[in-house]
Formats: sequence, structure tokens, C-alpha cells
Amino acid sequence: MEHTLLILLLPFLSFLFLGLMDSKLSHRVSGLIGTTVLGVVAALSYYTAWQYFTADRLADGTFATLVPYNATWLPLGALHFDMGIMLDPISVMMLIVISTVSLMVHIYSFGYMHGERGFQRYYAFLSLFTMSMLGLVVATNIFQMYLFWELVGVSSYLLIGFYYTMPAAIAASKKAFIVTRFADMFFLVGILIFGYYTSSFSFDFAHPVYADGVTPFASVDTAKAVAAGGFILPTALVLMFIGGAGKSAMFPLHIWLPDAMEGPTPVSALIHAATMVVAGVYQIARMFPMWIAYAPEQMSIVVWIGVFTAFYAAAVACAQSDIKRVLAFSTISQIAFMMVALGVCMPGHEALIDNHASLGYMASMFHLFTHAMFKACLFLGAGCIIHAVHSNEMSTMGGLRKYMPITHITFLISCLAIAGIPPFSGFFSKDEILTACMHYSPICGWIMTGVAAMTAFYMFRLYYGIFWGTENKALHAAHTPHEAPWTMTLPLIILSLITITCGWAVNFGSFVSASGADYQIHLDPSIATTSVVIAVAAILVATWMYARESQPVAVDLKEKFPRLHRWAYKRFYMDEVYQYITHRIIFAHISTPIAWFDRHVIDGFFDFLAWGTHKLSEKIRGLQSGNVQWYAFVFLLGTILLYIIMVL
Amino acid sequence: MDYSQFLTMHAELSLLVVITILFIADLFMCGDKKCGKGVYNTCLPVVLLTLHTVLNLCPCCGQCCSESVSAFGGMYQHTAMMTVMKSVLNVGTIIVFLMAHKWLSREENLIKQGEFYLLTLFTLFGMYLMISSGHFLVFFIGLETASIPLAALVAFDKQRYESAEAGAKFILIALFSSGLLLYGISMIYGATGTLYFDEVMQHWGTNGNANIAVLGLLLFITGMGFKISLVPFHLWTADTYEGAPTVVTGYLSVISKGAAAFTLLTVLIKVFACCAFVATWDWAFFWIIVASITIANLFAVRQKNLKRFMAFSAISQAGYLILGVMDGTAQGMTALVFYLLVYMVANLGAFAVISVVEQSSGKVGMDDYNGLYHTNPKLAFLMTLCLFSLAGIPPFAGFFSKFFVFMAAFNAGHPWLVLIALINTVISLYYYLLIVKAMYIQPNETPIACFKSDGYTRVALALCTLGVVVLGICGVAYNHIDALSYGLDTVARCCQGCGQ
Repeated sequence: MEHTLLILLLPFLSFLFLGLMDSKLSHRVSGLIGTTVLGVVAALSYYTAWQYFTADRLADGTFATLVPYNATWLPLGALHFDMGIMLDPISVMMLIVISTVSLMVHIYSFGYMHGERGFQRYYAFLSLFTMSMLGLVVATNIFQMYLFWELVGVSSYLLIGFYYTMPAAIAASKKAFIVTRFADMFFLVGILIFGYYTSSFSFDFAHPVYADGVTPFASVDTAKAVAAGGFILPTALVLMFIGGAGKSAMFPLHIWLPDAMEGPTPVSALIHAATMVVAGVYQIARMFPMWIAYAPEQMSIVVWIGVFTAFYAAAVACAQSDIKRVLAFSTISQIAFMMVALGVCMPGHEALIDNHASLGYMASMFHLFTHAMFKACLFLGAGCIIHAVHSNEMSTMGGLRKYMPITHITFLISCLAIAGIPPFSGFFSKDEILTACMHYSPICGWIMTGVAAMTAFYMFRLYYGIFWGTENKALHAAHTPHEAPWTMTLPLIILSLITITCGWAVNFGSFVSASGADYQIHLDPSIATTSVVIAVAAILVATWMYARESQPVAVDLKEKFPRLHRWAYKRFYMDEVYQYITHRIIFAHISTPIAWFDRHVIDGFFDFLAWGTHKLSEKIRGLQSGNVQWYAFVFLLGTILLYIIMVL
Repeated sequence: MDYSQFLTMHAELSLLVVITILFIADLFMCGDKKCGKGVYNTCLPVVLLTLHTVLNLCPCCGQCCSESVSAFGGMYQHTAMMTVMKSVLNVGTIIVFLMAHKWLSREENLIKQGEFYLLTLFTLFGMYLMISSGHFLVFFIGLETASIPLAALVAFDKQRYESAEAGAKFILIALFSSGLLLYGISMIYGATGTLYFDEVMQHWGTNGNANIAVLGLLLFITGMGFKISLVPFHLWTADTYEGAPTVVTGYLSVISKGAAAFTLLTVLIKVFACCAFVATWDWAFFWIIVASITIANLFAVRQKNLKRFMAFSAISQAGYLILGVMDGTAQGMTALVFYLLVYMVANLGAFAVISVVEQSSGKVGMDDYNGLYHTNPKLAFLMTLCLFSLAGIPPFAGFFSKFFVFMAAFNAGHPWLVLIALINTVISLYYYLLIVKAMYIQPNETPIACFKSDGYTRVALALCTLGVVVLGICGVAYNHIDALSYGLDTVARCCQGCGQ
């Protein structure tokens, strides 16, 4: 497993090289270098996964957790910050997801970013992002995870603001960075509390199974935390969750993600749909044994925030007209599904991790995997469409199915997957999530089923709006839309093939499950039927409303409920609420007085210090007279003075 | 006599071999291209010294030589940490040699090339002896071997008035401090009747903590304080640094200072390990450090000449370095050696830039650097990196090294000292940034013209930059040093087991 280091190192070197050479390389060469490196990284990741999952299981049926590298980076006495690589089922699974989607995006960008200014810079940032994301998932400890977590945030900032001459892009990149940084502050506090009370940042290297009295996170000494009170570890975990909620755009920290769509579309596919935004889910999955053991009650926070976010985002998505915004809200909603699935896990008998009680863990990771593939496909498809019609607005589209057959088919496949229609992958993973929710509480289960129906509805509203309906004559007069070049359609085809097959062809539970042991996925027939029926019904409603040339029903509804529509369209005014809180309350009533204090008191003190320093140095400059006798005299005087100090 | 004892001195012996080869080569080569016997260039000494470093350091990476050995009845003592320290000095010397190439290829210096290398290596040899000494006489001989050729180096441009003046001042103050040091050693002899480090330690039993012994300790500190240029023994520094050739200034500010600081620590924990002494020396260093950092900062703020500025910066850096000596802990030793390593690359990097600028334009004033960024962007950038590292801004190595010395001093129980040092870090940031501001922001009608530096200087600059960027982020160096360091245990510090 020594080659795993290359998986991190190669994208980093590619970033350095492309970043330093920048415009000295031609577009073609830098693109080729970036893509080739990513190809090698993907190959290495697949090889790692193959090696890892074909190795013999341990006696308890789990895969061994491997740590090919781990070095102390910064020793601080008992605590130390390590850097290393840890391979366990979920990190290996993430390696596959990240390297696959990243490779697809690299290939796709060849066509999409063709002729753009800063093409080399774009590829350099993509490499940086890939490196950071890979480093995040293979982290051996929470601190390393945090470092890469921030690096991921930085690369996201750089890529959202890629078109730095557009004010909207700059505002969006700042917003994304500030909101996630704000959430990360809680994450850091959580890490510090955790580290302080447990004297360790490390994820346990042994697989977190409770068998034979082995506690999860064996190197974590919880005695001190438990002694200090039962609330310490739950507090730390919830604070970490807030950080994760920021990254994964959970309500009310979701406001940055729709704006982040200002970045190039392939970036949205890679960062804001498939990989970075699921970091929060991954973080909870990583700390999962701690949650189960020390904060089972607090997991309901995760559940209900997730449920609300899923519903809220789905409702907003129904009213958006910008196709990337629709996809963005759909992403928020789907990530919320994963969060809910993690939250509904329950400890099994005697607080052990039990695969059946913790079905949600597997379901969440499964959905993460399938969602990454079909959502990346949707975003890349949207990119093709935007490339063809030069607009994000749904109203400028319509009837594109004849002109862009490949995009159309792949988009349809992904829409069916996200709507939960068998045999596409989304059906299988979403069904597991709904089953887990039903186990947890029927209310939660039914709400999530309803949200799933909304998902099917708004996705098909989007689909019909783009590919069916009236053709935009004005646009066609200027130039007829055409299919994208092969560099852009090839990733679509590959991703949709994965979407078609990965649901039924592989038994995900045998690779990733809560306890690590082999778990056979069973479809609960009643839930499966219900969800399919509801999804089909939602699709039919969407077809009835949107597939035709004119859409009287939709217009009718809009006129009947104008307020509801406007609220949903304006995303329930969440951005305005933030504006009000930050500008009217924080800036006006808190920041202004602090600024005054800073200007007058703090600056004044430092001005005084500088003035004093100057005056004093003027006074003592005579010491440095240039006279050797004087030097020797001071030397001796100093010695005598020191002697007096020492003897007294 | 058992001649195999010489093998324990392999570092010194291989350095002697290097010196001998260079000495002979100097006879047959001459710097003048016209004389047709080949050019005595920078390559040979650099390659030989690199070879010497690798040969001595490599076996040390394993565990084979981690135990301490002593030879010649305890006069020569050696631990693995000393090999590390000597290697650090070697690397610094290599960088200095690379920097010196351009200066040495000037007309008036061509003929003296060989002398430069030999004098430098003799001082290095002296430092080796000083570091590994187990007896005060060996220590003193090492010290003098390290000092006297240095005076010759300072006065290397003897035609230049400032250089000659600097040499004279240096040798006079050096003599004065040697006199005091010898007086101190005689006190120690008087108190214990022996000069072997081990025996002195045992003999404190009867006379420990008498005022005479404290005087011995103090005068020893004085002698080293002169070498490290701590306040109040620092007054020679500015004049000498300004007058000496820039390359020699670089050597003086890093190598000579570093060897002395390390020796100070090892001798203190070997000879003055008694608890009463530890408290005494801590108290003295407390004031020395506060004075060094603060006074040097006050002076540095006003300097207009860059070399003089670097002199005060070096005094203040020395104060930070000595934070590692507090209490003589193992952590302190790690922090000190690591600090030294990082300080070395950053400071030599800065001096390399100053040196090439001086060679190409003859300018060393702060105002002359105005607008350097516009004519020589790379050089200005490297200088900025080095200054940031010296000021201790993350993520450069200087931040980590400062962090470690602060941590060592804090853990040794000196929070107030750390606080004062921290405040001074802010002041030092101000004057380091003055240079950055000059290079990037200040407009200039006649900036230093764009020039190309030679290959050797580029290698030196590359090494320094690499060190500044990598040493901090990769903790490997620190961990290796940490594995080898040693210090006083709590027993010695807490007044037990020291024969009183």
C-alpha cells in the first residue's frame, strides 16, 4: 500500500508545476498534464481499492484498517499533530468517488473551458482541490482532517472566484469562504475540546467495533471527559457537526452553496455536488463510533436539521428558474438525506454497533456514492446545455432533445436515478435511507418519502423545461444549439453508465457497513413499492404540468398562490435575513463601537509604543560610540552588574 | 597509549584531511587565470566539505553512535547530538562558501582565495574542538582557534579602512573577553582543583555555590556571551559586522554564534548541573535575554545600513536562541539546535542577497533597496521569505523555531520571559517589514539595476529558500534532533543529588 502516498503527492506536484509555470505552458499542454496526472491518480485509487477489498477479512468479518504512513508533524508534549494516510472502507470508497469524478471533470473541462483566459490556472486549482480532498478523506486524525478541510475551502474559494472580473463571482466566493469559515470555527473549538479531554486527535486505527470490550477509538482516553461530565463529548461532537453542516450546506448555513454556482460548471460538479459538500457527511461517518457511544441522544439534532433542510431545499428547488440553482438546491436536499440517514442510526444490543440498527450508516455512504455519480452527471449535462445556449435560465431553453441527444439521454438517466426509479442507482440507496428512517420514526420516514416525491417532481420539471416544451426561436435564429464535443459527452456517458449499473451490480453493504462486517442489502418490499409509486406519481404530475408546449396548470398555480411562489422563488428570504442580521445588527451595533475602540485606544497604545521606542533609542544611541575602550568598559560594567544580580 | 582513541575524533580528523587537501591544492593552483595552472575555484572546497558532512552524518542517522563516548582520559567527549550540531555548522559553512564565490573572484581577492577557505575551516575546526571538549583547556584552545582566524577574516579586505578597523576592534574585544574567561576558568580551578568537566562537577560537593564558583560561572558566561554577542557584551558587533566583508559577516552571525550557543548549553548542563547553579544561571540569563532582545530591537529600528541592521537583528535573534538554555532541559536543547538551523538558513539567505547586491552595485543602505522588487523581483522575493522567517511569520520555518523555543522556556517555568519575548517579536516584525516595504512599495528614481547572479550564489539561495520553506512544514528535522537531545533531569534541577 506504499503507493498511496503517490495519490496525494502527484496532484500536489501537478499543482505546483502548473501553478508555477502558468502561462509559460500552452493551454493544451497544461490541460494534458493535469488530466494525465489525474488519470494516474484514479488508476492508483482503483488499484488501492481492488487490493484493499480483495484482501482477507479479519476474524470478525471486517476489513483491516491500514495505515501505510503516519508521522508526527508537530509534537506538543502528550498531544501531537500527525500526518498520515489511513485506509478503511469509507476512505477507500471516497478515494474512488473523488478520483473518478475529478478525472471526469478534468476531461470535461478540456471542452468546456476551451479558450478561456486562465486555463492553466484553472487546472492548477483543480489539482490543488483534488489533493486537498484526497488528503481530507485519508486523514489519520481529526487535526489533519481539519487542515485539509481548510485547504479544500481555500481551493473552493479560488475556483468559485475563477472569473474574478465578474463582481457576482467575487461576492459568491467571499460568501462561500466566510460562511464555511464561520462554521469551521465551531469545528475547531470542537476539535480542541475533544483533544483537551481525550489527549488525542487520532482516529482509532483498529476498526471501530465494540466486540470483546474493545472500545472504538481505542487510543482515545475518554476517562477525563467522562469525569468532567457527560456533556463534554456530546458538546465537542455537536460543535464538529456545526462545522460539517457549514461545509455540507445544512440549514441555516446553506446560503453559500446556491451562490457558489457562479463558478465554472465543471467546478460545481466536482466541488459543489460530488465531493467537497459531502465532507460534512464524511466527518460524521468518521466520528460515527463516538456518536453512537457517547452522544446517541444528540444524534436527533442531526436528524431534524437534516429533515428540515431536505424539505426546505426541495421546496425552493420547485420554484427556481436558473437550472444550476435548481441543481444546487437539489444537492442540498440530497445531502440532507445522507445526514438524516446517519442521524437515524441507533446503537444495537448493549450499545454495540449493529448493522441492522445502524442501517442508515451504510445507506448514507451508499447514497453519497451514487449521488456523487448522478449529480456530477447532471451538472456536467447542465454545463453542456449552458455551453450550447449561453444562459442559465430555463426560459431560454426548451425542446433541446433533438439537438443534443447524448446530453438528453444521460440527463434523463440521472433524473430517473435521483427520482428513485429502479433499476437506476438512486433507487437502491434512497430506498435504504427511507427504510432506515421508517425504523427510526414513522413521522420522519413519511416526511422523507414526501421529500423524495418532491425531488422527482422538481427534477422532471427541470428536465421537461430544458428538453421539451417550446423551442426558443430567437436563440435558434442566432445559431442552432448543437451537441457538445466528445471531451464533454464522454464523461456524461461514463457517469450515466455507472448510474445505471452500480445500484444492482454491486452489493454495497459488503464493502461498507456500520460494523464493517459483510451486510446483505434487503429491499423492504412495502417501502420500495410505496416510494416507487409516489415517485412515478410525482413524475406524472410533472409531465402533465410541464411536458407540453404551453403550461396552463403551472401558470394557474403561480397566479393562485402568488405569495407562496414568490417566497419559494426568493428562497424564503434567507439571504435577506442574513443581510439584516449582519448589517443592521452586527455591523451597526457591535462592530462600530469596536472599531472606535480599535482606532483610538488600541492604535493609540501602539502609536505610543512606537513613539516611545524611537525616543528611547535616540536616548541610548550614545552607547554605540565606536570607541573600543568604551566597549570594554561596558563589557566589564555589565559583568559586574551581572555578578551582583547573581550573588544577591 | 591507545591510538584507536583517535577514531572517536573522526569528525575532526576528516576536517583536518579536508584542510590538508585544500592547503596542498592551494600550492599548485592559483587563482589567476593567466598563470595557466588551473583555477582554484569554489567547487573543490564545497565538494570536499559536502563529502565530509555526509560521511560524518550518515552513520549517525542509525542508532549505532547514539551513546556518548569519551577519549584521552575525558578530555574529548562526544555525543550524537554533537555530530548533528557539527553538521549544521558544516552546512552553514558550505552555504557561506557558495556565497563567497563572486566576492572571491574579484581582482584583488583572486590571489587570496585559498586563505579564505583555510582560515574559515580553521575556525570551524576550533568550533569542533570547543563543542566536543571535556576539559577547560581543550575548550579554551578550541575557542581561541575559532577566534583568531576570524579576526583575520574580518580584516580580509585589509586595504579597506572599515575592514581593518573592524578586525582591530574584534581582536581587541576578543582578547579582553578571553582574559576574563581565563580568569573565570582559574576561579573554577581554584574552587575544585581540576579542569576536567566530569571531575569539576563532582568537586562542587565541597565548595559548591561559593561565591568564587559563581564568579567562575559568570566569567564563563561572559566569555561565551561575547561570542554569541549578547547584551551587554555586544557592542563590538555592529562595527565589526558593518566593516567585515559581507560573506564573513554572514559566517560570524550564524556559524560562530551557533557553535558558541550550543557549547554554552552543553557545558552548563555538564559542569554547572548543580541545582543552586541552575537557579543562578537562569536568573542571569533572564536579564541577559530581556536586555538582548529589547535593546537590540531598539537599535535595529534606527539603522540605515543593512549590514548594521543585520547586526542588531542578530543580537536580538541570539536572545531568542538563548531561551533554549533556560533550565537546561532536553526540550530546550532540541529547540536551540532547531532554532539555530532555521536561523542559519534564513540569515544566510538574507546575507546572500545583501552580498550579491553589494557585489553588483556596491550599495548596502536601506534606501538603496527601494524599488528592488521592480528590477530584481526574484531576489526581492527571496529576501522577503528570509525576513518573514526571521520575524517568525507562519508558515515559514522561523515561526516553528520560535514556537519551539517559547515552548521550551515556558515549560521550564518562565512564562514572563516568554511574554516579554513575544512582545519583542512584534517590534522585530516592524523593522523586518521596513525592508520589505522598501523593496516593494517605496518608489525610487534610481533603483538597483537588474543583474544576474552567478550559479554558486543561486545554489546558496536555493538551499536557503528550501530550508526556510521546508524545515518548518516537515517536522522530520525537529523529530530527529529531538530524538538525540539530552538535558538536566528534574532531579538535578530540584536540589537533590548534588553533593551539598
